[in-house]
Amino acid sequence: MFRFILNRFGQSIILMFIVTVITFFLINLAPGGPTGVMRMDASPEERQAIVERLGLDEPVLVRYVQWVGNAVQGDLGTSFNSSEAVVDRIADRLPYTIELTVFTIIFSVIAGIILGVISALKRGKAADHVINFSSVIGLSVPSFWLGLMLILLFSVELGWLPSSGVGPRGADFDFAGWASHLAMPVLILSTTVLPNIVRFTRSSMLEVLSQNYIRTARSKGAKEFIVLYVHSLRNALIPIISIIGVLIPRLLSGAVITEAIFGWTGIGTLIIEAANGRDYPLIMGITVVITLVVIVSNLLVDIIYSQVDPRVKNMA
Amino acid sequence: MLGASVKEEVNQTEEPRRRRRFVLLSRLKQNKVAYISLWFLVLVHAVVFIGPLLWPYSPEELTGTGALANWSLQHPFGTDDLGRDVFARMLHGGRVTLLVGLCAMLFSLIIGTIIGACAGFFGKVVESVLMRITEAMMAIPNFFFVLVALTVLGTTPFMVVLVIALTGWVEIARVVYGETLRWKEYEFVEAANAAGATAKRILMKYVIPQILPSIIVSGTLAIAWAILTESAISYLGLGIQPPTPTWGNMLQNSQQYIWTAPILGVLPGVAITIVVLAYNFLGDGLRDALDPRFAKK
Repeated sequence: MFRFILNRFGQSIILMFIVTVITFFLINLAPGGPTGVMRMDASPEERQAIVERLGLDEPVLVRYVQWVGNAVQGDLGTSFNSSEAVVDRIADRLPYTIELTVFTIIFSVIAGIILGVISALKRGKAADHVINFSSVIGLSVPSFWLGLMLILLFSVELGWLPSSGVGPRGADFDFAGWASHLAMPVLILSTTVLPNIVRFTRSSMLEVLSQNYIRTARSKGAKEFIVLYVHSLRNALIPIISIIGVLIPRLLSGAVITEAIFGWTGIGTLIIEAANGRDYPLIMGITVVITLVVIVSNLLVDIIYSQVDPRVKNMA
Repeated sequence: MLGASVKEEVNQTEEPRRRRRFVLLSRLKQNKVAYISLWFLVLVHAVVFIGPLLWPYSPEELTGTGALANWSLQHPFGTDDLGRDVFARMLHGGRVTLLVGLCAMLFSLIIGTIIGACAGFFGKVVESVLMRITEAMMAIPNFFFVLVALTVLGTTPFMVVLVIALTGWVEIARVVYGETLRWKEYEFVEAANAAGATAKRILMKYVIPQILPSIIVSGTLAIAWAILTESAISYLGLGIQPPTPTWGNMLQNSQQYIWTAPILGVLPGVAITIVVLAYNFLGDGLRDALDPRFAKK
């Protein structure tokens, strides 16, 4: 177990290094830069002063080393555009994104397993075809367009659900308001992962159903209900934990668009602000945090997996 | 002795390779959805690439009919908020959208195949470095990268294609890497190596032709992905810029006219969905057709 964690730690460092190098050099070597989006009437002297104040006159390599030096001490710098600490700005927004993605995972896993199991048990029948077809449609429809259509239907036409925002928070939190604000974003975000979970559950279930021990269970006279839901389903569900790890980066990608559609003030809308404002420290900070989120969630998935599957557990 | 067995080996793999191309098509025929998708896509591409040459209206000029006109014989889909012919915009927009998808896919295929094949074939340091980069690209949510890259690099059509391609190669590299590992163990590759063929020649003449079917499947799915990504970045205003129409950027301002001219907000979205759907069906169908277990089904 100790070796496993050490190994994982090493991989994460390499991953973090590659990701930060790519992003840092991309934004710093591109033409333009923070002075490019300043007021139009700024004089060359003013621009020069800004460049010096932000330390942009140093070579990129030197700046990267300085940035890493600060980052490992937990200092991600100060946002160019709001003069707040990057860490604080991200800390304000990150909980909203985590909330959105966690509820999306919960919803997608429950719905995905139910649909996947139905699809496997009704293999080749109408229900299977309908579910398969809908999965491919879910993968093919542009999520922003589907989101806008849903807003038109549920917010504008029917007036059932609010079209944007995160709902009442803090002191005047109320459950109905919170849930109604969360419903559409979760639904839209789940189109990016739900079809994969459905397909995966289906093939996993079919695989298990063809195993010898299922035939044994049937031949010894176990009730069909017990065979399906005790012998098969439990084993079919184990691999589904592992696919969640793979889907997390995709989920976070989808969160950017989903947050933009529904005015959800998470990290996705923050990266859009940061990119538009050429806010280098903020862009770097978000990159680091989002990579950390991926690393930590994958670690969690692996730990859960090893606890659930006795075969993996005994190996470690 | 060695020479004979090498020859035999080459013949054995050379022959099924030729046959496999035909097998692929005939197997695809059995999958009705995928087969229909294939012909549908051929039709759509023909319409958007030839159509603009025949249709009299330009996608960018005002028609003089007025804004938000209803459908008529002259303008089958009416006119948009500025009075431009929507049918012409759909044709031209489709051309740009599909071209972006095809170009991005080609770039992705080239990058992914080179990286995957080199990592699998050379092993050692090359493998570790290339595969670590591939894993890093898989782990970062690529939309963050696309967003940042397009804001700092600008949104010229070339950049849009390049940035989409730079995030789309990862899956292809992984597939090619796995297949290269498998194929490089075969005797005919060893024989070529023993005969003094260069690494480039072995890869190009012996390894990659074997992997080609898998590459085609990945490419088909990569087009679907590229089209969806282009439309999503268009929504954020970072795609190909108006007045050049794409199906993605046609949706940008259409929402405000959804009740007066619903077709503006619905048509491009439906077009994207159907084309991506067809590519996904085709990709799935091709993958099934290549599956050695196919015969059992």
